[in-house]
Amino acid sequence: MSATAKPIANTRSVTGIPTARLITWWVIASEIVIFGGLLTAYIMHRLGHPEWAASAAHTNTWAGAINTFVLLTSSLCAVLAHKAADAQDGPRAARLLRLTALGGVIFLAIKGFEWTTDIREGFVISSGGFWSYYYTLAGLHGLHVLAGAVIMLIVAADAAKNRELQRVECIGLYWHFVDIVWIFLFPLLYIAR
Amino acid sequence: MSEQMQHAGHEQAGQDHAEPGFFLKYCWSTDHKIIAMQYLFTGMLMAVIGGFLAYVFRMQLGFPNHSVPGFGLVTPGRYNAVVTMHGTIMIFWVAMPVLIAAFGNFLIPLMIGCDDMAFPRINRLSYQIFLLSAIVLLVSFAVKGGAFGGAWTAYPPLSSNGAYNLTPLGAVLWLLAVALEFVAFLLGGINFTVTVMNSRAPGMKMFDIPILIWMIVLATVIFMASAGPLIAGAVMLLFDQTLATGFYDPQRGGDPLLWQHLFWFFGHPEVYVVLLPAMGIVAEIIAVFARKKLFGYKSMLYSTWGVGILSFVVWAHHQFVAGIDPRMANVFTVTTLLISIPVAELVFLYIATLYGGSIRLDTPMLWALGFMAEFLIGGVTGIFLGSSGTDIYLHDTYFLVAHFHYTFVPIAIISVFAGITFWFPKMFGRMMNETLGKIHFWGTVIPFNVIFIPLFITGAAGDQRRIYSYAQFAEQSRPALQHLRTTSTIALLVMLAFQLIFIFNFFWSMWNGKRAGDNPWRSTTLEWTVPSPPPHGNFAELPTVYRGPYEYGLPGRADDYWPQNAPN
Repeated sequence: MSATAKPIANTRSVTGIPTARLITWWVIASEIVIFGGLLTAYIMHRLGHPEWAASAAHTNTWAGAINTFVLLTSSLCAVLAHKAADAQDGPRAARLLRLTALGGVIFLAIKGFEWTTDIREGFVISSGGFWSYYYTLAGLHGLHVLAGAVIMLIVAADAAKNRELQRVECIGLYWHFVDIVWIFLFPLLYIAR
Repeated sequence: MSEQMQHAGHEQAGQDHAEPGFFLKYCWSTDHKIIAMQYLFTGMLMAVIGGFLAYVFRMQLGFPNHSVPGFGLVTPGRYNAVVTMHGTIMIFWVAMPVLIAAFGNFLIPLMIGCDDMAFPRINRLSYQIFLLSAIVLLVSFAVKGGAFGGAWTAYPPLSSNGAYNLTPLGAVLWLLAVALEFVAFLLGGINFTVTVMNSRAPGMKMFDIPILIWMIVLATVIFMASAGPLIAGAVMLLFDQTLATGFYDPQRGGDPLLWQHLFWFFGHPEVYVVLLPAMGIVAEIIAVFARKKLFGYKSMLYSTWGVGILSFVVWAHHQFVAGIDPRMANVFTVTTLLISIPVAELVFLYIATLYGGSIRLDTPMLWALGFMAEFLIGGVTGIFLGSSGTDIYLHDTYFLVAHFHYTFVPIAIISVFAGITFWFPKMFGRMMNETLGKIHFWGTVIPFNVIFIPLFITGAAGDQRRIYSYAQFAEQSRPALQHLRTTSTIALLVMLAFQLIFIFNFFWSMWNGKRAGDNPWRSTTLEWTVPSPPPHGNFAELPTVYRGPYEYGLPGRADDYWPQNAPN
């Protein structure tokens, strides 16, 4: 029983949506409720605690803004990679995916710099309600960025040999999701006063 | 055309097509049937552990402060741990893996007519993570302080502060185990949903899918949509336990009610996550054994969708006494009573299916009818708890305990026995013994009622749950009720003893039962068109579907049933 042989079940498409894309959407749906629960809890608490604004004022809005730019730019690369995969140009898709992953790494590096500064100033995860949510939300998102970047490099390795090109679109979808979560986190954690 | 030759003698008990070695075949396989068996046997093993824990705390309640044979003296701390682990294990490591993962894995590809799940390796990963979660949970019994003692609902501050629950390490391991288990079922559930959406046999339209498959898929969708907030909540609780955050600590800007909302936003839909597959199993069985088309297939589906949607707006009925806004309690009372409408509709449809059928009372059918009768009691007693007025009195009493056991035992025990006795011939190629099956049925269902009817009475009289010894608390003592508590304990011992008959029947029949043939129950659905047990890849030739799954009792035909894959 070779592990790589695909069952017929994998090749059917009764809905007309390719199976790989379908499962990606379901994964994203299950992720939305995880972040949804956490964000709802944060928003409810934030509304009940106006004094958290003082803590929020300490966050580095510039670092957050630069990170937003980095992540959005990397998403552009993911779109271009999808386009290349559609054109059956695996090597080009792989190059673009690696560029996207690089965006993720830069994002995490800036995040690391930012957290180091916060911690040096004495704001750790147990420093109060806002900081608990700040580290938890951004940390969970950071883990998703890290996982996305790793998976992207694996997909890129296959794509470079023109294999499993349908995965390029799927990891791109996931990356956009991670991107959109950040679009919620940035105003809620950095801008809201 | 479905009756093929029985299999040759060397192909016994799922041991056919054994090209690879034992480890590769049974522990590293991507075959959905093997993974189903892994889930089934792990779930059964966990059920034995969960049953043993029930024995321990029931012995303490029936015969207080005597050393329990096989366990020892039940101290208050150990009592808490035993009760917590019983609840956790029975719901997350028995009901979920057996009802959804085992039956889902075994039946989905067979019933929709394809060779495997759409993503077999994700399927294997799902079981491996599940196994890891079970190991983490069991290891927690052995760590310093013992297994988690903060109740299966894990309300903070009891769960977040080791000084309160006395099991700081057990609490962390409990959370990790639950989180891992959720990951396993998210992986498995997404795979189920995608497989049923995309991999059905040609010709199988939406309303040709067997009800059980619909129910499993809807259950996994409900699970996917509800588990997220609890995963988020579990991360926060883990940080409260280990990183000294204050998410649930009101003195530090947190809110303990937040956990209750996140937990029950998952926890109540979870009831329907396990109920729906149970209802599906029962539906399949009553159609076959009443030889009658399932009454109101589409009404059944729409009711199930109604249950699924409403299940997301009832959660705060668990929190009527937790200090939520009384206006919110009114809203949740209404939604809770509303959800009984579609559930009752399902039961009515089952009764309508039975009406006028030519009913055969084989063991699976007995279990299916038993499910309907017992679940009815569970549903009706739920009305009192769903109404905020009466709940204030009955909350956290044994009335509640009896109520949810009248729902969960039919779900996790009775319907599982229905399913196992019904699909055993397909799983292992042999029939289970009918006489032993019937003895086991009556030996389970009668003691079950004797266990829990007394608890309705003690609960209504005021017995609080989670009390390790009533004699220790003056306001809880009520010595006049002790004989009821003892009755319940003795009935449990009887019920547990009768399970030995099942275990014997199960393993004896696996090797010595009468050969089953492809279709012993003369059923229409696709899993009965392949050999028993099905070979790797299931179908020699992948089937095409021509009609719905419940064509029984047809007048103009030689057979009284019309298989889904028969062209004419």
